Amino acid sequence: MTEAVGEVAVTTKEGLHARPVMRFVDVASTFGSTISVCNITLGGESLDGKSAMEMMLLEATQNCVIRISAKGDDANEAVAALTSLVESGMENPASSPSGDPPTASAS
Amino acid sequence: METLRGISVSPGVAIGEAVILDAEDYRIPYRSVPSDAVGDELERLSNAFDTAVSEVQAQTQQLRSNLGRDAADVFDWHVGVLEDEQLRKSIEDLIKEKQASAAYATSTVMRNYQRRFMQMKDPLLAERIKDVRDIERRLLRNILGETREDLAHLTKAVILIAHDLTPTQTAQLSGTKVVGVAMDAGAATSHTAILLRSWGHPGVVGLNDVSTRISGGDTIIVDGTNQLVIANPTEETLAEYREKQIAHGRLTEELSELRDLPAVTTDDERVYLMSNIEFPSEAQTGMDRGSDGVGLYRTEFLFLRPESAPDEEEQYEAYSQAIQGVAGHPVTIRTFDLGADKYTQRQNYIEERNPMLGLRSIRYSLQNLDMFKVQLRAILRASVHGQVRLMFPLVSSIMEFRQAQMTVNDALEDLEEEGIKITNPIPIGMMLETPAAAIQVKDFCREVDFISIGTNDLVQYLLAVDRGNERVSQHYTPSHPAVLRCLRDVVRACRRAGVECGICGEMAGQPLYTMFLMGLGLQHLSMAPGNIPEIKKLIRLTSLAKSERVARRVMTFETARQVTNYLRDETRKVLPEDPI
Repeated sequence: MTEAVGEVAVTTKEGLHARPVMRFVDVASTFGSTISVCNITLGGESLDGKSAMEMMLLEATQNCVIRISAKGDDANEAVAALTSLVESGMENPASSPSGDPPTASAS
Repeated sequence: METLRGISVSPGVAIGEAVILDAEDYRIPYRSVPSDAVGDELERLSNAFDTAVSEVQAQTQQLRSNLGRDAADVFDWHVGVLEDEQLRKSIEDLIKEKQASAAYATSTVMRNYQRRFMQMKDPLLAERIKDVRDIERRLLRNILGETREDLAHLTKAVILIAHDLTPTQTAQLSGTKVVGVAMDAGAATSHTAILLRSWGHPGVVGLNDVSTRISGGDTIIVDGTNQLVIANPTEETLAEYREKQIAHGRLTEELSELRDLPAVTTDDERVYLMSNIEFPSEAQTGMDRGSDGVGLYRTEFLFLRPESAPDEEEQYEAYSQAIQGVAGHPVTIRTFDLGADKYTQRQNYIEERNPMLGLRSIRYSLQNLDMFKVQLRAILRASVHGQVRLMFPLVSSIMEFRQAQMTVNDALEDLEEEGIKITNPIPIGMMLETPAAAIQVKDFCREVDFISIGTNDLVQYLLAVDRGNERVSQHYTPSHPAVLRCLRDVVRACRRAGVECGICGEMAGQPLYTMFLMGLGLQHLSMAPGNIPEIKKLIRLTSLAKSERVARRVMTFETARQVTNYLRDETRKVLPEDPI
């Protein structure tokens, strides 16, 4: 059993809102390890990284630093994937549907 | 048979089967289940989750194209929560450990989460509490086996029973098979009531507990004329009401014959009967009922739809349709009366301690100038299609009126720069609905082109009575002598200043007050299109001289009850066979 920990700052402007939360949970759920996430900036409790409900309660707004911990055989890979996902502004991984830029309407 | 008494919002008789709209809050009592039933409860829970997931997925699929990405993302999160194993496990644990019912366990766990959302600091994230409630309700509905009644797909005539309807829900009633409405909350002048009236079917509100007393499938009579709701009537009562339904139809037919006749008193005083409308198509409806144009177009109803806020083109289309609907007659467009009980999609709901005294109407528009300007541009552009007048709601100071007027000038200049020239100057007026404006009416007369008295708000502000609070709404009456004296002074000041003064509150559509209002000297009465035939009938049967005597006599009374009794007697003399 491996344990891994990583810390990362949330850079996206809207923080971990509906879509980023779902992306995080989707990626986290591909790993067998248990994953817990804690918002260090707010000093909050550890929350389940695979739970859509709990990850919304993480209240990870812009500039918050979050700690991602994993326990299990693929713990290292999980932490690496999730920290890079958050670092990249949640637009990773490539498998996710590409977001269209909001279309500006001229009026 | 059970008879309940409430407040009528529109007359007539409707008979049908009851459909109960979901109560806002399920209150789930703790219920333990025998240990051998735990398995059943777990299965029930699992089915509820599965159904909920497919419901949300179907809904999202359907809405994705209309709602845009952000809204669809939120529904994706709903699916995420419904598939959240940790969440499901904590509900299952509660069922297993406490032998709780599936409904109780679900409610308990979901409410714990709601409490945690309430403690969040980020307002946008904390907003998600509404979604958690939504998910809770969906699960409970599935567990309790109450399928959501989808009003658009009804196959037979029904009576809708609800605790309360939002204006949005009410606006969606047209085009359904709902033929009558009965609800717990509400007063005769709430916006929901106004919408129910324009919808045209019988409705009784303020019934307190009708939604818990009546069960789905009961036979219900809504008697909008006598403010009654009758559940499970006897054969005899039912037959009696079927008769009444036919009689009401005959009266409506008789009144429609007045359509093409002018509203003129027996001594040749011409009164202009205008329509209050919420939707552009109603301009035409009003003309069909025999109106002289639109006296109040409540434009904020453009916001009452589930999608997005209306853009300039959509507004231009709506205003143009209303203007063309009256074929050359005047249309008075009131700028958005948002805030208080009417919210926009764009505006995040901010709890106000006193929304009726809060950021609403013209105040809201002046704090959201971009939105306001878009509306003014659309109105000005549409104004080339007919006789358009512009009116600002809830003006309470001269500066406010001037600021709004300046915004109109800005919009005019912008349009001109773009090569769109509005040649006809558009008359600009105000709704007089605050005591401040009434007291300062002389000063306003120097600034405005016309005044329209909005009695719904004026009465509630003068009497300090919340018209939507059923516990005090009995104190809300236009018959209060203070209201009548205020109206007299306003009309008098306008006449001296040579400013046209009309009235567009609910009071204008009540036959009880018609003679009094005419007697004060009001010649422009604006009301729901449905009220026009009866008011016209009354005007054509009475004289201005008589009305002036009535108005003078009314001014001598000290209590609302005396006023109402006197006016009822006088009106009955003119319309003996109509229910006043």
